[in-house]
Amino acid sequence: MTAVLSIQDLHVTIGRGARAANVLRGVSLEVQPGEVRGLVGESGAGKSMLGRAVLGLLPADAWIGKGGIAFAGRDFLTLPERERRDLLGRQIALIPQDPMTSLNPVKRVGDQIARVLQRHLALSRRQALQRATELLAEVAIRDPQRVLGLYPYEISGGMRQRVLIAMAFGCDPSLIIADEPTTALDVTVQRQVLQLIERLRERRGAAILFVTHDLGVVAKICRTMTVMHAGRVLEDGETADVLTRPRHAYTRALLAATPRADRPADALRPVPPALIESLWSEAHRLDRLSIVGRT
Amino acid sequence: MVDVAASVALQQPSRWAMGFRRGGARLWVGGAIVAVLILVALLAPWIAPHDPIEQDLLSGQLPPAWMHGGDTAYLLGTDSLGRDVLSRLIYAARVAVVVGFVAALLAGAIGITLGLIAGSFGGWIDQATSRLIDVWMAFPPILLSIVLAAVIGAGLTSVILAIVVVDWTRFARIIRAETAVQLQRDYAMAARVIGLNRGQTLRLEILPNLVPLVVTLLAVEMGVAILVEVILSFVGISVAGDTPTWGGMIAEGRQIIYQSPWVMAFAIGCVIVSVVGFNLLGDGLRTALDPVQRR
Repeated sequence: MTAVLSIQDLHVTIGRGARAANVLRGVSLEVQPGEVRGLVGESGAGKSMLGRAVLGLLPADAWIGKGGIAFAGRDFLTLPERERRDLLGRQIALIPQDPMTSLNPVKRVGDQIARVLQRHLALSRRQALQRATELLAEVAIRDPQRVLGLYPYEISGGMRQRVLIAMAFGCDPSLIIADEPTTALDVTVQRQVLQLIERLRERRGAAILFVTHDLGVVAKICRTMTVMHAGRVLEDGETADVLTRPRHAYTRALLAATPRADRPADALRPVPPALIESLWSEAHRLDRLSIVGRT
Repeated sequence: MVDVAASVALQQPSRWAMGFRRGGARLWVGGAIVAVLILVALLAPWIAPHDPIEQDLLSGQLPPAWMHGGDTAYLLGTDSLGRDVLSRLIYAARVAVVVGFVAALLAGAIGITLGLIAGSFGGWIDQATSRLIDVWMAFPPILLSIVLAAVIGAGLTSVILAIVVVDWTRFARIIRAETAVQLQRDYAMAARVIGLNRGQTLRLEILPNLVPLVVTLLAVEMGVAILVEVILSFVGISVAGDTPTWGGMIAEGRQIIYQSPWVMAFAIGCVIVSVVGFNLLGDGLRTALDPVQRR
């Protein structure tokens, strides 16, 4: 079975010369069809950058030094721009982090959903709006007909995120990158949104790369997970294994720092600064090695 | 309860009506002034009491009808050649309106296109466009217009051309900055993720967000264009000599300011009222169209 997404030894650097900063230092990971893989790590670990690299949305001054991204066996990095755009939205979709700003403020909700469908599925406007109604019903929005005619500022944050989820699943993509889709929502809405993503995935069978810093979310919906730090993969495996028998010291420290209902609050331990320090110095040593190796 | 809520929702005013209400007095007053101006220009042959170039040397420099020695046949008096001031003001509005609209729309079309290109491509294209704008704006605009009109020669087309060539920078500079800002927004990124290319993103997603800005700029530019036309005709390089213009009337009235100040005063009044009208309209429209204030 070909992995729907395969990333091999990906190196991404922002800036050039003296101001260059490595953000990904040789990341490899695979997502199988239908798999939900959690991608966890602290801020600055490079997890969002990885998602952006896959979507071709790296910042203008970022460049890929080495490595490859393959989508369903096709090399994504050498794909002509036009073909890549045909895949985006159709086969690879994004559930963005911030539902408040990810919808166009001056376009009606219906027009925005219909836009994706019309772009990829060769539907007429009427068919696209009809399909949008069904999608909104599927993400448990009541009275979808009415919501189609509303502007984003007229609906709540939770509803906007559902609209964005509807858009992501709209063309039945085979891979969805969910970039911390619940971070901007409050806890009760988070739960509903997670259940929704899980239900849609079961029904439509997309693989999901779930970027998050919340181990609780990973435990709930991801079958496999990857732990990143400083642009490197530290640990990778079945979620149940990683969470119960973490092999890397960093993963253990992360778990000890996660609040749990079955543990007293004073059992919480921050990730030891010495550990973080040693991980970063290791990363920087690798950077120096790779520079020496290149010249 | 539910029924009550539904009926309230049905009675909500339309978005247009709400927009007009938000625009407030400025929108109404500005809109009324501009509407009157356009109507007067369109209906000039029917509403002007006299032929604007018909001379009546026997009743030269008559004061307005309500002053001592006035004649009700000449409501606003006559100039030194005995031409009816009211009729000349009415006919002069045609030049003002044509120049205002055509010049503003052309300058807008050029400036918006260049601004969108510079703002979205960035890099050397942006640098080149921005430097060009800087150099352009270093020239005193009125002086540049006068030189241009003098070089191209008199006539309506050359007046419009002189304004367009000078004033496209007003649009380009602001649209460039705003395009760059909008492209940083999440919704612009989301547009790329659904597979829209640069042109589609600009046209379908970015441009609608610039509409309030464009409308305001256009309205203000119409006022500016009218003012420039007045200046050009004041110095005598606008349309042909026998076509009445406000600027021309000010120039003629200046020579008889001690005997018949009304000739100049009425023309100046027309200029002030129409420029204020366009500015109020632009201001009101910006408030009415602004998506941020639609709450």
